[in-house]
Amino acid sequence: MVRTYGRVYVECQSDYDYEEVTEALQCVFGISGICPVKETGIVSPEELAATVTQFVLDEYPDGTHTFKMHTRRSNKNYPLDSQEMNAELGHALLEASDRFRVDVHTPEIMVTVEIREDRICMYSHVIPGPGGLPVGVGGKSMLLLSGGIDSPVAGYMIAKRGVKIDAVYFNAPPYTSERALQKVIDLASQIARYTGTIWLHNINFTDIQLYIYEKCPHEELTIIMRRYMMRIAEYLARQNECLGLITGESIGQVASQTLTALGVTGEVCTLPVFRPLIGFDKEEIVTVSKKIGTFETSILPYEDCCTIFVAKHPVTRPRLDVIKRHEENLADKIDELFEEAIRTDEILIVDKNGSRVVKHREDPMPGSMEQENG
Amino acid sequence: MKEIYLDNSATTRCFPETADRMHRIYLEDYGNPSSMHHKGVEAEQYVREARRILAGILKVGDKDLVFTSCGTEADNIAIIGAAQAGMRRGRHLITTRIEHPAVLESMRYLEKQGFEVTYLPVDRYGLVDPAAVAEAVREDTLLVSIMHTNNEIGAVEPVEEIGRLIKARNPKTLFHVDAVQGFGKARILPRRMKIDLLSASGHKIHGPKGVGLLYIAQGVRVLPQIYGGGQQGGMRSGTENVAGIAGMAMSAQMLYRDLEGDNARLTRMRETLQRGLTEIGQVTINGPAGQEDAQPGTAAPHILSVTVPGVRAEVMLHALEDRGIYVSSGSACSSNHPHPSDTLQAIGASRDALDSTIRLSLSVMNTEEEMEETVQAFKELVPQLRRFTRH
Repeated sequence: MVRTYGRVYVECQSDYDYEEVTEALQCVFGISGICPVKETGIVSPEELAATVTQFVLDEYPDGTHTFKMHTRRSNKNYPLDSQEMNAELGHALLEASDRFRVDVHTPEIMVTVEIREDRICMYSHVIPGPGGLPVGVGGKSMLLLSGGIDSPVAGYMIAKRGVKIDAVYFNAPPYTSERALQKVIDLASQIARYTGTIWLHNINFTDIQLYIYEKCPHEELTIIMRRYMMRIAEYLARQNECLGLITGESIGQVASQTLTALGVTGEVCTLPVFRPLIGFDKEEIVTVSKKIGTFETSILPYEDCCTIFVAKHPVTRPRLDVIKRHEENLADKIDELFEEAIRTDEILIVDKNGSRVVKHREDPMPGSMEQENG
Repeated sequence: MKEIYLDNSATTRCFPETADRMHRIYLEDYGNPSSMHHKGVEAEQYVREARRILAGILKVGDKDLVFTSCGTEADNIAIIGAAQAGMRRGRHLITTRIEHPAVLESMRYLEKQGFEVTYLPVDRYGLVDPAAVAEAVREDTLLVSIMHTNNEIGAVEPVEEIGRLIKARNPKTLFHVDAVQGFGKARILPRRMKIDLLSASGHKIHGPKGVGLLYIAQGVRVLPQIYGGGQQGGMRSGTENVAGIAGMAMSAQMLYRDLEGDNARLTRMRETLQRGLTEIGQVTINGPAGQEDAQPGTAAPHILSVTVPGVRAEVMLHALEDRGIYVSSGSACSSNHPHPSDTLQAIGASRDALDSTIRLSLSVMNTEEEMEETVQAFKELVPQLRRFTRH
């Protein structure tokens, strides 16, 4: 890999790596376009014209096409300037084949030739890159990752703006299965193709959930539960130098995602909560989910902790004062349970090839989790 | 943590002796039975010996056995192959509503090909009425497929009587028995029971996965479903899974050594579970096991299906798993998609019961102590889990 101004050159080790390399590059945020190029050393204008002509004939072996030559000369010592080179190259191609016609306004083929200090590159195809900013330049945020369709997409979208992702999953054994956790690991692994390595916190949420179930009105279970999830996520976020929280919420999608409910849920956080899907319809989320390859995994039918005790008629317009009053019912044990949940955090490092546990539930919390990350 | 494995109808632990023998075949006697040289002959000997052992257990001819890749493949060849071979004689098939998907889906495939299928109901214990089978047999009925032992509730179908009635009604109608759950637990004699086609599987009998068995009675025409090098008389092309075949035969041989003794022990263990679990409030048993009015001999010794109202099966399963006890919710083959069990629906289970039914399936590797521990675990867990339910 070589970097120059505005360009990153990636060299394939053999011809056969081509598809694999372009596919991988299409997952790297910050890349706006991928141009498979042919390269030569610095050669004379005549020799270059012959090479470019052959390149175009090889790339477009049949059919008739309109084209335009587009030379960019950053090597000012080259004998001909850009305009002269365009004429030279166009002329050579027209001479060589009658299948090509010039059209400088809307050409079918734009042949770009870049004359640099040490080499000349030519290309005519531009594969769109994923856009965005390189992951990491925007700091780090904590994604609340469930097994659903929305949260992986939310993580993808924030990562696209250059933000590195950590994730937290709320597990509720025995009410949720090992397969549900595996599903979440798989989803994290799929978005890690874009976001890079993800630290996934697997929090055992059962005791908190059952405690809320026992002490609070059933219709408020989900909302109070989500407030505790946000509290835990924020705690982990601060511990891991994350600058915000990310959720897959979208207005009105379910009872806990009405504007009132979102307000009540978000109230527990002081870090900013990023909700990139807030204005998306379900179909729009599904489209992105299919594009990034998480959809098939997301729809596997394993229950997550949000659905196991859900009330038939959960509150849609919770009142903050009422919710806070009911949360007081939890005063006896909740701090202890909260600490227990954090202490028994299981941490996995997930990348596109799989995962490995770096802290088991029973392990003590290391002083700084960042050290191992390098 | 100690492990109590009670999901033997999903799969079983391989007998160590079988695993040793397979290990040897993989590393030393790894020839291809079709090769002309000594290595090939050696490998062929294993297959030949396996054939002899398994044919001996079923009391059929060595040549009547075809090795497949699994029980599902055996069911597919039997049903689809027999239907294709006989379609000029008729296009009617009969089966029951509680068959394994390997049978039901083969039937559905044939329906799309223009065959007509009759799905017979079962009674509340999952048993088919032999008279109803006979009545359903017509002039153009090609094949009847009925399982030996139901995988979810352990109902043992009266296959001998059914076989007799089918043949009395229409001697040309073929009788297929899916014995994946019954083989290794019951003495099944196809010739006496008028069974023309019989399927079995290796991994349900402490043998390896990846091997199955199909018995095809002499004179019965079945079209192959896999074409290639013509192995196994062209009935099932593809290099024989020598280690798997030898392993399956070895495990079968070990199981049939003292079948009656083992079955008595399995039945006692199942009864311990039955007694213990029904002491818990509202717990009921599905299928014929332990039902006073069920016909004797209709309950498999190793399968117990229990409904625990107020506890979702999946939660029960994971809670038991936390204690090292492995069971199944419904049938393992279909627990990945939340499609309610055909069998439980066919015996008239309510919607709630479908969600709260656990299957415990035993093997000769289990012990009486494990049953007591399991009962104890249920007695502790059920009241805890019942405190928290969906409203």
